[in-house]
Amino acid sequence: MKKEIFKPYNVSDNNFEQCVKCTICTVYCPVLEVNPDYPGPKQSGPDGERMRLKDPEFYDEALKLCLNCKRCEVACPSGVKIGDIIQSARIKYSKSKPKLRDMILANTDIVGTMASTFAPIVNTAVALKPVRKVMDSVLKIDHHRMFPKYTGLRFETWYRRYAEKKQKEFKKHVSYFHGCYVNYNFPQLGKDLIKIMNAAGYGVHLLEKEKCCGVALISNGLIKQATKQAKHNVEAFKKSIVDKNMPVISTSSTCIFTIRDEYPHLLGVKNEEIRDESELATRFLFRLIDEGKLKLAFKKNYKKRIAYHTPCHMEKLGWSIYSTTLLRMIPGLEFVNLESQCCGIAGTYGFKKENYETSQEVGKPLFEQIEKSKVDFVATDCETCKWQIEMSTSNKVQHPVSILAEAIDVEATMKLWQE
Amino acid sequence: MKFDNIIIGGGLSGLTCGIKLAEQGKKCAIVSSGQSAIHFFSGSFDLLGKVNGEEVTNPLESMKFLPQQHPYQRVGLENIERLTDEALHLLIRAGLSFTGKADRNHYTLTPMGVMKPTWLTLNDFTSFDQKDSFPWKKAVILNFSGFLDFHTLFIKDGLKKFDINAQIKNVSMKQFEAIRKNPSEMRSTNIAKEFDKGNAIEEFAQKANLLSEGFDVVILPAVFGLFNKSVADQLKEKINKPVLLLPAIPPSVPGIRSQITLRERFQELGGTYLLGDNVEEGIFEDGRLLEIRTNNHGDIKFEADQFILASGSFYSKGIVATHDKLYEPIFGLDIDGDNNREEWFDEKFFNDQAFMRYGVKTDENFRALMNGEPVQNLFVAGSVLGGANPLKEGSGAGISLLTSLHAAEQILK
Ligand SMILES: Cc1cc2nc3c(=O)[nH]c(=O)nc-3n(C[C@H](O)[C@H](O)[C@H](O)COP(=O)(O)OP(=O)(O)OC[C@H]3O[C@@H](n4cnc5c(N)ncnc54)[C@H](O)[C@@H]3O)c2cc1C
Ligand code: SF4
Ligand code: SF4
Repeated sequence: MKKEIFKPYNVSDNNFEQCVKCTICTVYCPVLEVNPDYPGPKQSGPDGERMRLKDPEFYDEALKLCLNCKRCEVACPSGVKIGDIIQSARIKYSKSKPKLRDMILANTDIVGTMASTFAPIVNTAVALKPVRKVMDSVLKIDHHRMFPKYTGLRFETWYRRYAEKKQKEFKKHVSYFHGCYVNYNFPQLGKDLIKIMNAAGYGVHLLEKEKCCGVALISNGLIKQATKQAKHNVEAFKKSIVDKNMPVISTSSTCIFTIRDEYPHLLGVKNEEIRDESELATRFLFRLIDEGKLKLAFKKNYKKRIAYHTPCHMEKLGWSIYSTTLLRMIPGLEFVNLESQCCGIAGTYGFKKENYETSQEVGKPLFEQIEKSKVDFVATDCETCKWQIEMSTSNKVQHPVSILAEAIDVEATMKLWQE
Repeated sequence: MKFDNIIIGGGLSGLTCGIKLAEQGKKCAIVSSGQSAIHFFSGSFDLLGKVNGEEVTNPLESMKFLPQQHPYQRVGLENIERLTDEALHLLIRAGLSFTGKADRNHYTLTPMGVMKPTWLTLNDFTSFDQKDSFPWKKAVILNFSGFLDFHTLFIKDGLKKFDINAQIKNVSMKQFEAIRKNPSEMRSTNIAKEFDKGNAIEEFAQKANLLSEGFDVVILPAVFGLFNKSVADQLKEKINKPVLLLPAIPPSVPGIRSQITLRERFQELGGTYLLGDNVEEGIFEDGRLLEIRTNNHGDIKFEADQFILASGSFYSKGIVATHDKLYEPIFGLDIDGDNNREEWFDEKFFNDQAFMRYGVKTDENFRALMNGEPVQNLFVAGSVLGGANPLKEGSGAGISLLTSLHAAEQILK
């Protein structure tokens, strides 16, 4: 009963020759819909690639308008890696140099370290109108954008001070790739993750040294640095997964997507040894429950109406079903599914002045859906979607892990496996 | 992840099956690697248009002349009428509306200006009782300036056969300036998206009214209502003359709208629709399929009591042909087809092509065969089945709908 593997002939790495020119991808590209300057997935991807192979002069700088949302890939019936083709072309052919602004936006960890050190000053400063006006005119960071607040006590510091010791008490262990956002902006999500994992019987550890996944470096053209960080992370993951037999989980869909798929596809950094055991916490929990190895007990008094937004990278991974299934397990949670649509922020894209309008236009249908849904808050797995939705709608956004942490009955859950 | 039923393929067949099962309270999932052939639909669902080269008036009658291995024969001619009725009502419950009857084909005008027999036509389009007459005398064909996917000259030529001398006129509007800048993107779906926003309908209707003065009918490309379902109706209301919509070059706006409508119906019934994920393999035991593995979900199993394979034909990679082999790529199921490449096709493109009839082999209950034995809980539906040449016969949607309902009935038994 061995299946036969379908091996197409003469196929390039990015399989553009698989394209049958059906134009289905163009129907689902959120940018093309609002910005006619963008040539669209088919033209930028497989069609353009054919030309670029002949002569790199055919490269069109308008490709930077691509959000890298991969919604075109999800729709393509022929499995063409359209988004990868476009991003690889940017890496290979783009002559435009990253600006100072791009470097600032891209270096989330360096900027985060500085900003969180001076958190009270930075937070106040970047919230001030005059400062935002200057950022707008000098740096071309759109003044509508509020920077996410920087925390005074970084997650890593908090962890070492208050959480590390206790983790050794557990029999089973995982490593946690927290990412820049949890470290510098929102340590609470990391604390929520530890709460749940501990309740499930797992000790949570930090990697020997994690570096920013590099997604913003890639999208801003800082490829050398991204590759260096990618190699570093793969080694750090190996130490956990291969050496210590500890899977790595994360709460950021974008970080995990970048590490699993963009490292090999865009940066050429091999990750076979770690890929399968690098995943989202929600998937890790789901698997345990699905295999009957874990039961969660919830508080009786939790009562909320929640809408789930599928971030583009979750759509591509196909993993929102884990988050939504976990959320639906909470008694007293009324679940509203939103039609999967891009929110328009795409990481640092929407922060750039020149993209602001496109970004908001792309997100409009989603914002309308959210306003109509009359929910207590929106749940989503991506931090930049959270900023965008909170800026553009009247709703607050929470991560599914934080919702679970609020609804879970820790003692009752622990009893279930301790017995 | 455990479901009652898992369906592989999210096209017309997979969705029909999923909706039917979900309506009966089954917990279903559909996994589909990409969008399906409905994106190319002309707007008419065909049941049977031609048998042995002869045009069909009553499909139910003419099915008798189909060969024994044809999917309709295998469903059982005694079941067909009931199933066509059921298919129609399933589609209507989902929110689509049609004209047409299973025991009498009507005609639609193709973009080549010829009348083609069909079964159910979406209400966007006009259906005709007669194939050799055109109810209007003076027709104006309106197109959007710069829109190359609507071949007005073919239509004009076609209409000459009905003694109609049609006039072609172009409409330009500033709403479409932006998409026109990019000639490769002046496509039907992008025009439709402008109309979806609601700010082009009024102006377009006014222009159409002006340009159609002195004519009896306005012919337009079917580019109305992609995500916003009411655009076509609104427009017809605002245009004073009868409006005849004709399909443009795909992707088809009414087709995509139909796909979305069916997918939403499935999800509203509690179905899980996973798009952009490829089913890679199955785990079998004692002649049963226990679980499938997919690209996105890796080691997370997808288990079900019954599975339905609705993965389409060559175009959707439900069946694959390499230079020396013909196979079903997920499970390696038995194929009904010739392994001698010489026999696959006729060099004359418009002749009956043998490969069009190739598909997965099944037993009489539409269970897939593997090494000659039926897999007890794996049913096959739609164009991945062999035994027919849907293009030649005009039977594409009919086969998908009826075999899917039939497979669902086997499961519900
Ligand atoms: C260009 C074109 C135009 C047509 N126009 C008409 C028309 O106007 N009227 C008419 O009556 N008929 C028409 N037909 C025929 C009609 O399309 C088919 O009869 C019907 O739509 C087939 O539906 P299906 O669900 O069986 O297959 P498909 O629509 O091909 O769907 C199969 C689905 O399975 C998915 N799939 C395949 N392999 C896997 C896998 N390993 N894992 C997960 N998913 C997988 C594919 O991505 C695809 O979405 C047309 C066909 C074509 C090709
Ligand atoms: S959807 Fe895929 S096959 Fe179709 S045009 Fe786009 S890239 Fe090509
Ligand atoms: S990745 Fe997103 S923005 Fe880029 S071409 Fe594809 S659909 Fe469009």
